[in-house]
Amino acid sequence: MALLEVSNLGIAFGGLQAVAQFDLTIEKGHLYGLIGPNGAGKTTVFNMLTGMYRPTEGNIVLDGKDITGKSPELINKAGIARTFQNIRLFNEMTVLDNVKVGMHNQVPYGMWTGILRLPAYWEKEHEMDRQAHKLLKIFDLDGEAELKASQLPYGKQRKLEIARALATNPKLLLLDEPAAGMNPNETAELMQTVRQVRDQFGIAVLLIEHDMNFVMGICEEITVLDYGRVIARGDGKAIRNNPKVIAAYLGGD
Amino acid sequence: MAFSRLKTMRKTTRSNIVTFGIVILFYLVVQLLSAGGLLSNSFEGQLIPICAYVVMAVSLNLTVGFLGELSLGHAGFMSVGAFAGVLVWTVAGKSLPVFAALPLAFLAGGVAAGLFGVIVGVPVLRLSGDYLAIVTLAFGEIIKNIINACYLGYDSTGLHFSLQDQSSMGLDPDGTVLINGAMGITRIQRVSNFTIGILLVLATVAVVLNLIRSRTGRAITAIRDNEIAAQSAGINLTRYKLTAFVVSAVFAGLAGVLYGLNFSSLTASRFDYNTSIQILVFVVLGGMGSVRGSIIAAALLTVLPEMLRGLNDYRMLIYAIVLIAMMIFNQSPQIAAWRKRLVEKVRTGLGKSKKTKEVA
Amino acid sequence: MQFLSYLISGISLGSVYALIALGYTMVYGIAKMLNFAHGDVIMIGSYLIFFTFGSFGWNPVLAILLSMAVCTVLGVVIEAVAYRPLREAPSLAVLITAIGVSYLLQQVAQLMWTSNAKSFPSVVAGLAPIQLFGGQLTISVETVVTILACLVIMAALTLFVNHTTPGHAMLAVSEDRGAAQLMGVNVNATISLTFAIGSALAAVAGALLCSTYPTLSPTTGAMPGIKAFVAAVFGGIGSIPGAFVGGILLGIIENLSKAYISTQLSDAIVFLVLIVVLVVKPTGLLGKKVNVKV
Repeated sequence: MALLEVSNLGIAFGGLQAVAQFDLTIEKGHLYGLIGPNGAGKTTVFNMLTGMYRPTEGNIVLDGKDITGKSPELINKAGIARTFQNIRLFNEMTVLDNVKVGMHNQVPYGMWTGILRLPAYWEKEHEMDRQAHKLLKIFDLDGEAELKASQLPYGKQRKLEIARALATNPKLLLLDEPAAGMNPNETAELMQTVRQVRDQFGIAVLLIEHDMNFVMGICEEITVLDYGRVIARGDGKAIRNNPKVIAAYLGGD
Repeated sequence: MAFSRLKTMRKTTRSNIVTFGIVILFYLVVQLLSAGGLLSNSFEGQLIPICAYVVMAVSLNLTVGFLGELSLGHAGFMSVGAFAGVLVWTVAGKSLPVFAALPLAFLAGGVAAGLFGVIVGVPVLRLSGDYLAIVTLAFGEIIKNIINACYLGYDSTGLHFSLQDQSSMGLDPDGTVLINGAMGITRIQRVSNFTIGILLVLATVAVVLNLIRSRTGRAITAIRDNEIAAQSAGINLTRYKLTAFVVSAVFAGLAGVLYGLNFSSLTASRFDYNTSIQILVFVVLGGMGSVRGSIIAAALLTVLPEMLRGLNDYRMLIYAIVLIAMMIFNQSPQIAAWRKRLVEKVRTGLGKSKKTKEVA
Repeated sequence: MQFLSYLISGISLGSVYALIALGYTMVYGIAKMLNFAHGDVIMIGSYLIFFTFGSFGWNPVLAILLSMAVCTVLGVVIEAVAYRPLREAPSLAVLITAIGVSYLLQQVAQLMWTSNAKSFPSVVAGLAPIQLFGGQLTISVETVVTILACLVIMAALTLFVNHTTPGHAMLAVSEDRGAAQLMGVNVNATISLTFAIGSALAAVAGALLCSTYPTLSPTTGAMPGIKAFVAAVFGGIGSIPGAFVGGILLGIIENLSKAYISTQLSDAIVFLVLIVVLVVKPTGLLGKKVNVKV
């Protein structure tokens, strides 16, 4: 059974059909790309998959469980984590605490345990610190653990967002333009990291990206969206040579 | 890695110790001065209100500074706590010894305020920003109005209650009036003292600091920093907003009990939106999200008008001007930039003069 | 008949709220700030009328015009001195500053005119009340003048905002301050103009309020100010028709609950209705829905 099964997904804002008849199947441990011209509806798809928007039609099934229209919180608990196109970190909190917020449902303890500083508090906090540092190390952020998130340079903020998403222990990770604003070196490094994350955690990744080298270099299957509809699907080579895709990107009809 | 963890823990522990130290030091200094007869009567009279306002400010900081939601109804919870606590004290104080009746009064005040926190919080916390501010203000005023219209008494036949006037309670002539409408509760046996006040301050500070540095506190501050990101990290917004709001209300209620038991009479008009605003001013001037700042600001600004008493009529005017000037000076981006330039100028100027000296 | 009488005086009270609410709603829409001192501008304006008209026996129209002029200057000065430096600061900082200004105005009034309440002479005194239904329904002149004044001002303001260049500038700034600036709108001047209009309306509202409720003290403006702000939020803040609808409804609810439920609880009922409206429709009755972009 596939990890994620999206069928006939659609959403309309007022009278405007932003996305229609969107289908997608994601297998465990694979890397997927979602591309398309600006305004094609890619982020809207992400927002539906993560519960930010309630789809007006269609189904999203994760691991055999229907999660259509569930709240972002429940969808995260069900196993989908995401990053955002415009970075959304907890700016006034430390890098370490950003990741520990991600572990909120992974290492739980109650309010009174925290207020009364019961033994479980120290135990769980140490456990969280240990895991968080391990995650930060993957993204080469462990040196900055005590900085405020807003003090990090742009590229590292993107990485921290991914680290925080991973801390929620997802089955599927959605990355919204992870390489945006990065230089070629950083992009290459990020490709390496995304592969490493997939291998190490065995999770599936779906990413939106405008950097074609990144997408072609990393994704095993690419879906192309234009005007809210899927116009092509396949591996990098097939997509590159698809006349519909070329037309969509060049603006021809 | 282990080292960095140790270091950070030390850092926050150190900061906490300083905060507690300030409170305890204040207590000791006041006790010494008081024993030496060096404190003026008016200042001694301010000690318990200071403690109550510190508790109010620290607890409101939880909502405003850490959760990032503006509440203008904090005095309403203080009012509920004060009335519940004083009522229990009036009734239980007669039959129970002080050491049993007093904790019972505080418990009642905290629980009642917490309940109101839930009643208010559940519908309104889906709003935010200025809308939440105005709705909390409205709730504060509703609480004030209802208590003002509230008549409660008891006689041999039981409890009597009315929202009309004293006579419609239908109390026997031998009955006792507990709450007399806008006159509130009178002839309270005063029992609050400075030590109880400081203990309440310490308890509040401990709970708030521990809460903030825990899983719950992280969820609350995460919501403040970015609601959407917090939600997609699996945090239940409603639950943690409500937690912060209710904990904040409970301590406001406890502060109310402390405050109410310090006077011989208690009226709801004391806890109007002006009081809520005053507490908010403490929090903002002390620094949002700074517990220590709230403590210091609340204490200083409660004493300040008293200290300016020599200036008589002008003291509130000066207070208003200081408030405006401080806000502009601290918060204006242009002035912040100008201050920075000034500091740099002074610094380079000093550096230069040092250099010239060296050359000489 | 009784009901009709309560209803009409409710509409009259609501008209005053609507005038005050206009000041709040325009400032909120354009400067994105909650001007807590607005109610106290009303109080200052009322004192001026009290002295010029009440003590010196000026012509009431002249007295109101002078009060409007002074309040306009006051509003513009407050904005320039206290709020403008904080234009880019967090909204809470501006709110606290506005609270400071409110305290300041109240204290100045108290120092100049003491905290003793003064009894305010009606600006339309001398005119006979209107008798309807063979004397069964009496409507005071204050009521009629208040409602008419509110209607005229509402109409004038709507025309001004929709059909003049400065009015369009106000709409543009409220929509998107940055974009308006790029299009050549003088943002500072537009915000000043907003404060000027709001404060001038406050002076009118003060004259009408104190004519109907003839006591005046340094805190006179505070509670009507709060309630008018509630009215603005109730109708949908930032919306001129919203302020009108919100103000009138609030006045009616307040008066009817005073008459039929409880005088003491009328404020509580007003605030409760506000909460219910906001919880059901968080942007107020006529407010625009704002979508958060993810």
